[in-house]
Amino acid sequence: MSSAAELTSQEYIRHHLANLTVGEGFWTVHLDSLGWSVFLGLLFLVIFRSVAKKATTGVPGKLQCAVEMIVDFVDDSVKSTFHGKNPLIAPLSLTIFVWVLLMNAMDWVPVDLLPHLIHWVSGIELSHIYMKPVPTTDPNITFALAFGVFFLVIYYSIKVKGIGGFIKELTTQPFGHWSLYPVNFILETVTMLARPLSLALRLFGNLYAGELIFLLIATIGLFQLPVHFLWAAFHLLVIPLQAFIFMMLTIVYLSLAHEDH
Amino acid sequence: MDINATLIGQLVAFVVFVIFCMKFVWPPIVGAIETRQKTIADGLAASDRAAKDLELAQEKATAQLKEAKAQAAEIVEAAKKREAQIVEEAAEKAQAEKEKILAAGHAEIETERNQAKEELRQQVAVLAVAGAEKILERSIDAAAHSDILDKLVAEL
Repeated sequence: MSSAAELTSQEYIRHHLANLTVGEGFWTVHLDSLGWSVFLGLLFLVIFRSVAKKATTGVPGKLQCAVEMIVDFVDDSVKSTFHGKNPLIAPLSLTIFVWVLLMNAMDWVPVDLLPHLIHWVSGIELSHIYMKPVPTTDPNITFALAFGVFFLVIYYSIKVKGIGGFIKELTTQPFGHWSLYPVNFILETVTMLARPLSLALRLFGNLYAGELIFLLIATIGLFQLPVHFLWAAFHLLVIPLQAFIFMMLTIVYLSLAHEDH
Repeated sequence: MDINATLIGQLVAFVVFVIFCMKFVWPPIVGAIETRQKTIADGLAASDRAAKDLELAQEKATAQLKEAKAQAAEIVEAAKKREAQIVEEAAEKAQAEKEKILAAGHAEIETERNQAKEELRQQVAVLAVAGAEKILERSIDAAAHSDILDKLVAEL
C-alpha cells in the first residue's frame, strides 16, 4: 500500500481488479486467472494422483487419510442426492469441489503480496504489474465451469430420455394443454438457462465481492490489519461454502437430468 | 468483467482435469477405501465369531470339567469299595488260615497224646508183667502167658 501511495484509492482498486492479459478483443486471455486456475487444478491432481498411486488398503498415512476424507465426503454427497449409476458424476464433483475450493482459497493471499513479490524478483514497476490471483473472481472461469456442467446436463438429458423425451420435457410442463406448449417451452428454456447462469454468477459474485472488500480494507491505512484478519476469518465460511454449493448444485442438476418423468 | 478466450481455456482445462480425475484419481482411492471397509467389516465379523466360539468353548470346558470331577468321584468311590472288599477278603483268609493252623496243631497234639498213651500203656504192661512176676515168682513163664498179657494190654 505504501508504495501505491501516489495512487488514489479508486486507482488502486481499479489496478488490482485488472487482469494480466494477452491478446486482443475476444481472443484476450487472462494469463493470471487461467494460469492460477490451471496451476491449482494441477496441484489438486498431482496430490490426489500421488495418493491414488500408492493408496494402501491397510493402515493409511496422514495424507491418504486427508484425501480419503475429502473423497468420502464428496462420495457421500453424491450418493445422498444422485441414485443412478454414473461413473462421471462422483469424480466430476470431486474435481469441482477441490478445484473451486483451492481457487477460492487464493482469496486468503494478501492482495499486495504477489505484485510486491514480482516487483522484488523482476524489478518491474508496480504500476505495470497486473496480478489477480483469485481465478473465481474472473467470470470467465466460473462461466467455463458452469457451461461444462450445463453441457453435461443437456448431454445426459438427451442420453437418458432421448431427444424426443427431452423436447417433451421442455414443452409439456408445467401446463398440460397443447395450446400452452409454446408458453411451457419459453418457461422451461428460461429455467434451463438460468441454471448455469446462477451457478456461475453466484460463485463469481461471492468471491468478487469478497476480493473487493479486501481491496477496500487495504486502502484504510494502518488499521487494516485487524480488519483484514476479521474478513479473512469470515472467508473460512465463504470459501468452502461456495465450493460446496457449486458441487452440490452440479450433482442436483445432473441428477435432475437423469430423472425420467 | 468481459467474457473472452479465457473461458475457452478454462473449459478445456476443466474437461481434461475431470477426465484425468475420472480415469486415474477416483477409482484407485475409492477402491482402496472400499477394500479397507470390507477388510474392517470382515475383521469385526471374525472377532464376533471368535467371541461366540470362545463362549462355546468355555461352556464346553466347564461341562467337561464337571464330568471329569464326577468321574473322579466315582472312581474314588469304587476304590474305597474295593479296598473294603480286599480288607474283608484278607481278614477272611487270615481267619481260615488261623483255623487251619489251629486244626493242624490240635491234630498233632492228638497224635502225640495218642502216641504217649500207647507208650504209657506198653510201659504199664511191662510194669504189670514185672509186678506179676514178682508176685508169682518164677511160676509164670512170660512167653507162655504172653497171650494173656497182650489181652490185658489191649484192655488198658
